[in-house]
Amino acid sequence: MRLSASLSFSLILVAIGAGLVPVIAIGFGQGYELSRLFDAYFFRVVTFTIVQATLSTVFSVLFAIPVARTLARRQFPGRGLVLRLFALPLALPAIVAILGIVEIYGRSGWLSRLTALELDIYGLAGILIAHVFFNMPLAARMMLVRLDQIAPESFRLSAQLGFGAGAFWRFIEWPAIRETLPGIASLVFLLCAASFATVLTLGGGPQATTLEVAIYQALRYDFDPARASLLSMAQLALCVPLVALTAAAAGRLQHAPALRAKARRFATDTAFSRLADGGILAVALAFVFLPLIALVLAGIGAPFAWSAIAGAMITSLFLAGGAMLLSLLLAWPLANAAARGSPLLTRLLSTAALLAFIVPPAVLATGWFVLALKAGDPPHLAPLLVIVMNALMALPFGLSVLTPAVSQSAARHDRLCAGLGLSGFARLRLIDLPVLARPLGLAAALSFAISLGDLTAITLFGSQDLTTLPALVYRQMGSYRLDAAAGSALVLAVFSTAIIAMAERWR
Amino acid sequence: MKKLLFTLIALAFAAAPSTAQQPKLTIYTYESFVSEWGPGPKIEAAFEATCGCDIEWVGIADGVALLNRLKLEGKGTKADIVLGLDTNLTAEAAATGLFAPHDAATTPMTVPVSWSDPIFLPYDYGYFAVVYDTQVLKDPPKSLAELVDGDPNQKIVIQDPRSSTPGLGLLLWMKAVYGDKAAEAWTKLKPRILTVTPGWSEAYGLFTKGEAPMVLSYTTSPAYHMVAENTERYQAASFSEGHYLQVEVAGRIADSPNAELAKKFLAFMLTPGFQDTIPENNWMFPAAATSTPLPEAFGKLVQPVKTLLFSPEEVAGKRREWIDEWLAAMAR
Amino acid sequence: MIRLDHVTFHYEDLRMEFDVAVAKGEFLGIIGPSGSGKSTLLNLIAGFESPAAGHIFIANREVTASPPAKRPVTMIFQDNNSFAHLDVWTNVALGLSPSLKLDADQRALINSALAATGLEAYARRKPGELSGGERQRIAIARALVRDQPVLLLDEPFTALGPKLRQDMLDLVVALHKSRGLTTLMVSHHPEDARRAADRTAFIANGRILAIAPTAELFAAARDPEITEYLGL
Repeated sequence: MRLSASLSFSLILVAIGAGLVPVIAIGFGQGYELSRLFDAYFFRVVTFTIVQATLSTVFSVLFAIPVARTLARRQFPGRGLVLRLFALPLALPAIVAILGIVEIYGRSGWLSRLTALELDIYGLAGILIAHVFFNMPLAARMMLVRLDQIAPESFRLSAQLGFGAGAFWRFIEWPAIRETLPGIASLVFLLCAASFATVLTLGGGPQATTLEVAIYQALRYDFDPARASLLSMAQLALCVPLVALTAAAAGRLQHAPALRAKARRFATDTAFSRLADGGILAVALAFVFLPLIALVLAGIGAPFAWSAIAGAMITSLFLAGGAMLLSLLLAWPLANAAARGSPLLTRLLSTAALLAFIVPPAVLATGWFVLALKAGDPPHLAPLLVIVMNALMALPFGLSVLTPAVSQSAARHDRLCAGLGLSGFARLRLIDLPVLARPLGLAAALSFAISLGDLTAITLFGSQDLTTLPALVYRQMGSYRLDAAAGSALVLAVFSTAIIAMAERWR
Repeated sequence: MKKLLFTLIALAFAAAPSTAQQPKLTIYTYESFVSEWGPGPKIEAAFEATCGCDIEWVGIADGVALLNRLKLEGKGTKADIVLGLDTNLTAEAAATGLFAPHDAATTPMTVPVSWSDPIFLPYDYGYFAVVYDTQVLKDPPKSLAELVDGDPNQKIVIQDPRSSTPGLGLLLWMKAVYGDKAAEAWTKLKPRILTVTPGWSEAYGLFTKGEAPMVLSYTTSPAYHMVAENTERYQAASFSEGHYLQVEVAGRIADSPNAELAKKFLAFMLTPGFQDTIPENNWMFPAAATSTPLPEAFGKLVQPVKTLLFSPEEVAGKRREWIDEWLAAMAR
Repeated sequence: MIRLDHVTFHYEDLRMEFDVAVAKGEFLGIIGPSGSGKSTLLNLIAGFESPAAGHIFIANREVTASPPAKRPVTMIFQDNNSFAHLDVWTNVALGLSPSLKLDADQRALINSALAATGLEAYARRKPGELSGGERQRIAIARALVRDQPVLLLDEPFTALGPKLRQDMLDLVVALHKSRGLTTLMVSHHPEDARRAADRTAFIANGRILAIAPTAELFAAARDPEITEYLGL
C-alpha cells in the first residue's frame, strides 16, 4: 500500500510539475519583472479573491449545517432522491447553473415577478448565491456521511440521559460536524477561490476579479507565461498555508467511532422541532431545486439536437467515467496511506491532493501542451489529458470522503486482516469494498459529477471531434442556439442524476 | 489499467478512414467554425470537390487560443492554414514569423476598408453593435454618447475585454470614439452595465433571458433571429459615431509542405464556394461576392454610417495599456 | 421490581416473547447463544425498543410507552459508553444534567463517583487516552451519579482480560449491594453469572427457556439446549 501511495503521490506531483515547469521556463525566456506583478491591480484581485471565497465558504457551510442535521434526523419520502440531486449542482457547468439561478433571482426572474421588485443580484450577492448553490449541497452531503456514522450507543445513551434536542446537538451532532469542518471548508474555499465564469458573469464588472481570472488573462490573452507563473505562485502561496492549516486541524481530530450500519434514532421530537426541521428542509430544497426546476422548464420544450447530444453523451460518459476511475485509483492508496500514517503524512497527502486544484487549469494545460509537443505530439492525447485533468480536479473530493472512512475501517479491520493474511485484492473484495461501499459510492458519484460538469479541461483540450455535453451546451449557446442549449443542458442534468444515482446505489 | 484505458481511448477516437494517397491540408480554426452548423463542413465539401485533397480541421476554442497555440508550436506547427484570427491579433501573429504572404488576388474583396496586409486575407467581417429587445426598449440609444449618458436603469450586458473578442471590440470602439476621454466615458457608462461576462455566450444568454434590454453583439445578430426564428424582436441600434469593425482573416504557414495547396485554398476563400456559407452559418458578412444575393434579412440590418478600425499594430501596441485603463475606470 | 407481561417483539424472522419478573435487589444473569434476544430484552426494558404487544412494569409503574429517559434505568453497553470529545469528568456529569448546569453538591457527587471507580486521576483526560477497562469505569461512575434503581449491563466487560473482568464485576456487585440495585447483566461468560448473579436466565430463540437460582441452573442443566450451550 505504501508503494502504491508513493506512486499515486508522485503521479500527482509529476502532473503538476509537468504543467508548471514549462510555463515557468518560457517565463524565464521572457524575463521576470516582479514590479509588474505586485501592482495595485494584483492586490485588489487578491483581496477580492479572499473576501469572496471566505464569505462564500462561511455561507455555504453555515447553511449546510442545519440542512445536514435535518437530513440526518428525518426520514421522508424522496429523501434518497434529494440526496442524489444534491450532487447535481457540481455536475452542472457554471453557465448552465448561472442561467438557472438568474431565472429565479434575476431582474426578470421568478422572485422579481412574484414580489414585483426588480432584484439586482449582480455583484457580491450574485456570486454568493451561486457559490452557495454549488457548495452548500456538497458540504451538507459530506457532513451527512459523518452524521450517519454516529454510534448507535450514542443515541441510546443520549435517550437514557434525557438529552433534549439542544444537548443532543451539543454533545453528539456538533462534535461530529465539527470534525468535518476543516476539510469541507478548505475544499469549498478553494472551489470558490478558483471560480471563474461565475465570478465574472454575476460579479457585475471587473471589480469582481479573482486570481484565476488574472492568470487566465495573463496566459491566454496576453500570452505572458512569466506573469502567469508568478500569479500561479501567488495563488499557491495564498492557498497552501490555508490547506496545511486546515489539514493540521483535521489531523488533531482522530477519534471517529467505528463504521456501522445506520443507527436508530431516539431524537426527542416536539411539534416545534418538526416545524423547524420542515422549515429548514423547505428552504434548502427551494434554494437548490428552484434553479434546477427552471432548467427543466427551459429545456423541456426545446428542440433537442439528438444526434449531437448522443455523441456528446458517449464522449462525456467515457471521459467522466475514465476520470472517475483514475481519480479513485489515485485516491484509494492515498486514503489508505493517510489512514495509517503519521498525522504529518496525512497532512502532506491531503495538501498534495489539493495542489492540482490550486494550480490553475490554464497553466497545467499550457505546460502539458508544451511537453506533448516536445514528445512529438502523440495522437489521441487530448482525451487522455482531459481525463487526467478532471481526475486531478476530482481528487480532493474523493479523498475527503474516503480518508476518514478508510481510517475507521483500518482501525477496525487491520489486525484481523493481518492475522488472516488477508491482503491485496482479496482484502479489497472481501473487506474494503463491502465495508466502504457507501463512502466509495459517494466518492465515485462526486468525482463523476465534477468531471461530467467540467467545461475547463474540455475547453482547453477539446475539439470538434471531442465534444462533451457541457461543451455542446456552450457551443450551442455560442451560435445563438440558446433553445437547443437549454435542451442539451436538460439532458445533461437528467443524465448526471441517473449516473449519480447508479454510482450511489452500488454498495 | 492505464494501458487498457489508453487503448480504449485510442480506439474510441481513432481518426476517420485515412486517405493517405491525397495530400492533406491542415487548417487550424476556431471551434464554432467547424461545428455541425458552422461553415466548415460545407466549405470542406466544396473545396475537396475540386482540389483532389483532404481537409483536416483542427478546431481550437477561439481566435486567441488559436494564436497561443501557434506561439507554443512555433516552427513545429502542423498547420498549413490558420483561419479565424481577426485584425486585433494579426500584428502579433505576423510577429511570430510563421506566416507567408497570401499571394492571392484581392480584387474580389468587398470588405469596407482598404486592405493592404500582404500576409492575412479576410474571409468575412462584421460590425459590433448594441442589440436591443424591441419589446422592452422603445427608444434605443442612437449613438454611443446616448448609450453612455442614458438612463442607468436601462441596463446593458457587455463582455470582458480580457477574455472575449466582442469585449475587446467595445473597448476599441469606445477608444476610437472617445480617445483620451475613454476612461471618463467608461465611468459614466458603468452604472448602465448590468454585468461583464467572460464570453459572448453568457452575455447573450442573459440578454435573451430578459435580464437586460441591451447586449453587446454584432449588427448581424438580428439576422439570425429573423432567419432562424422568424422574429424581428431583437434589433441592432445604429450609432451615429459609426460602428467598430471586426475583420476575420486567414493566413498560410511559410514552412508548410503544402504551400501550393494552401495558396489554392486562400484563393478559393474569396470565391462563392466559400463565401456562400458565411451569411447563414457564421452569421457574418461575406468578404467577397456570393453566388446568390444575401438573404433578405441581411438587407434589413443596420448599415453603419462610418466604419471604425484601429490598425493591427496600434491594437497590438496599446491593448494592454487600454485594458488597464478600462480596469481602472470600471473597478473604481 | 421489573415485570414483563407477555411482551412480544419481532426482529427480522424471529418472534420474541418475554414473560418474566425480577425482584427488587436481585442480580439476574442472562446467558444464551448469540442472536437469541438477550440484548433485546435489555433494550425493551431500557426503552430502546418498543414491544409489539404486552406490558412492561418497573417499580410497579407501567413504562411500556415511556421514553428511555423517563425510566428509572441505567444501561451500560459493551462500548461507546462515553463521548470521545469530552473529558471523563464531563462524561460522568452528563449523567446528572444534559445541560451541565451543576451545583456544588452535584460536583461533589461526581468527584466521589470518580473516586469510587478509581478514576479521580483521569478526570480531565479524554476517553481515547484511557484503557478499555478505565473507559467502562466511566460508565459505572455515571451510573453511580444517576442513582437509578435498575442497572442493565449489556456484555459490559467482554472486551477485557480475565483479571480485569473479575475486578470490574466485583465493583459492579459491590455497587449493586451497597445501593440495593436491581441488576440485569447479559454476558457471554457463564462464569460471570456464576460469580455475580442470584438467579440466571437462559435465553434462546427469543424465549426464556429456563430461569433459576444460578447454582441450580448450572448444576442441573435439565434442558438439552442449555447443556449444549454450556458445553457440559
